[in-house]
Amino acid sequence: MTTEPQAANDNAAAPQSRTVRLDPNLIAAHIDGGRIAENILFFARLLRASGLPVGPDKVLLGTRAVIAAGIRDQRTLYWTLHAVFVNRRSEREIFNQAFVMFWRDPGFINQMLSLMVPGLRAEQAPDDKALSRRLSETLFKHADRPAPQKDDQLEIDAEGTFSQSELLASKDFEQMSTEELARARSAIRRMTLPFEEIRTRRFVSSSKGERIDLRRILRESASKGADHLQLHYKSRMTRRPPLIVLCDISGSMDTYARVFLHFLHALTNDRDRVFSFLFGTRLSHVTRSLKSRDPDVAIAKVGADVTDWSGGTRIGASIEEFNRRWARRVLGQNATVLLFTDGLDREGGQGLELAARRLKASCRRLIWLNPLMRYDRYQPIAAGAEALSQHVTEMRSCHNLKSLEDLAAALRGPPNEIKGRRA
Amino acid sequence: MTILPTTVPETKALLQSGGYIADEGLSTAVFLALKLQRPLFLEGEAGVGKTEIAKVLSAQLGRPLVRLQCYEGLDVSSAVYEWNYSRQLLHIRAAEAAGGQTSVESLERDLYSAAYLLKRPLLQALELSQTGQSPVLLIDELDRADEPFEAFLLELLADYQVTIPEFGTIKAVTPPITILTSNRTRKVHDAVRRRCFYHWVDYPSADRERAILALKAPNVGRELTDQIVAFVNALRQMDLYKNPGVSETLEWAQALTQLNCVALDPAEVDRTLGTLLKYQDDISRIQGSEAARILDQVKSEARRQQFEAEAR
Repeated sequence: MTTEPQAANDNAAAPQSRTVRLDPNLIAAHIDGGRIAENILFFARLLRASGLPVGPDKVLLGTRAVIAAGIRDQRTLYWTLHAVFVNRRSEREIFNQAFVMFWRDPGFINQMLSLMVPGLRAEQAPDDKALSRRLSETLFKHADRPAPQKDDQLEIDAEGTFSQSELLASKDFEQMSTEELARARSAIRRMTLPFEEIRTRRFVSSSKGERIDLRRILRESASKGADHLQLHYKSRMTRRPPLIVLCDISGSMDTYARVFLHFLHALTNDRDRVFSFLFGTRLSHVTRSLKSRDPDVAIAKVGADVTDWSGGTRIGASIEEFNRRWARRVLGQNATVLLFTDGLDREGGQGLELAARRLKASCRRLIWLNPLMRYDRYQPIAAGAEALSQHVTEMRSCHNLKSLEDLAAALRGPPNEIKGRRA
Repeated sequence: MTILPTTVPETKALLQSGGYIADEGLSTAVFLALKLQRPLFLEGEAGVGKTEIAKVLSAQLGRPLVRLQCYEGLDVSSAVYEWNYSRQLLHIRAAEAAGGQTSVESLERDLYSAAYLLKRPLLQALELSQTGQSPVLLIDELDRADEPFEAFLLELLADYQVTIPEFGTIKAVTPPITILTSNRTRKVHDAVRRRCFYHWVDYPSADRERAILALKAPNVGRELTDQIVAFVNALRQMDLYKNPGVSETLEWAQALTQLNCVALDPAEVDRTLGTLLKYQDDISRIQGSEAARILDQVKSEARRQQFEAEAR
């Protein structure tokens, strides 16, 4: 560490000056020639740059923790820093790799630090085949990276008037021209989606509440005197249930899925607790990518996340995977699930019945959005569709702007417990 | 009150003497939480022993256990404090009957005194620490409470204090040993995580699980213990909807001993599978031929190991 970066030194001074009882540098000086506190700081910076939420307070805590636990061997150091810097299970892998890189190979630290400080870049980059993508991207930011893939079909020319909006509303997405699709997408973007409110067990004060708010009454009467008792009320707070969307992106759903993604993007950015998953042959979680404000950026990111666009469908396996890996984490608190698929399954509905039954049992409302319902005489006869139709709360069509608006309206109201079969 | 452990191995020994066999990572996290007086946030599948840690710490350190079980709709009035409204009303009436000599200020002061405060778990924990009996505070299954409730916790977790607008701030003298657990039924906010040491409690390794069984269920024979652990570990590889946790293993071992079973056989496994697996789908998948297959595999593996041991 011959070239001391100025910025890093400033950072080091800030948290340490706050300690009153412990001066980490003083004690740490005996351990590692005064470099352990500094090394923790740089390690923390590496973790932060790799996306872990590591603030200055964690650096200080890390130093204190290492002093408290002592450094007997690498295992102790590992678990000590692990307890401080890792906040969730998914961060373990990044932490692990960063730890191995940082604390095992002393030569690497210098190289890395010079990479992190602009202008002091080292000549050669170390062999990065063992590093995770995230970590290596952070470390070697300036190296050449493949540009994110862009799907040409998702490009939007955002112009056009909306005089024909009524015609557009009832037109099937699949029959729209590119220009019409673009207009439909921007219409979707501007949709506001009122949402069903469910009552919780918590209370807020309200003028037309059904219960007496004793706390407020007493607070007022204490200041105004005992003769003055004015009644105040409270009522149950309502809140929006979480919304989970499972969207089929197989070949038969292609056009609809691409439009529906814009709907999803609008939903995700409109409210909290929306979780989106795409599935063809496997399940991908795309909530994070959809959170980007700009729809084009978001959808380009989703495109990069997903590898099975326009392929086959394994509905049963995908829902089963959702049940196993995600249901317990996202379906709590009365979730509503939107399942967007045509029910045409490559595996003939294998395992779908079981998976759909379990999904229905663990959410409050399971809505099947089926673009095939655009045909008046549609009946869910295909093996997958039939299995699915027995276990959904309701089945709705979803093939034009009007049906999306209807969906928004339906979500506002209480669930109507009808089976989706059309007469 | 025993003295807190001063090293990681001491922490491990302390937990072990309380009947809890912890691995290196968990012991380090517990040690740091005790030493640096920070809350410990434990996540993991159901039945891996998250809650148990708090109980063991409380017993081993001789401190009272204050437990807050979280649920949907939990709010300040059932977690922290509430004013005793009916007594307050009585007080107002009494002051009135006494003939209005008390001023408004003194009435207000009396009305919001400690006598009218109903203390709920979090406040109780702080109060205990003020009387020199710093407790172990267990905030169990935090993920079941609504997100807004986490915000109430932030003040407590960071500064070990609670502010009541009408009353003032109550601060712990010695911070309670705070343990939070979550089953990940939803995301817990970063603001909470930031204030805690974190540890993901995993399923134990086969060796550790054998040690746990030997400690917790000593009446189960050696051979049966080995078979149970091998069987459960095989089940955990099978992608079930709900993998059996350590507590299920223990229950199963107890159930088998109650049935006077000295070694596993397919019929016994089928009969007692309900103590191990809690979903009908899982049970119907394992019951019968699949259970017999795993059992065969477990037994032949045990024979192979025995053979190798003898050969050596």
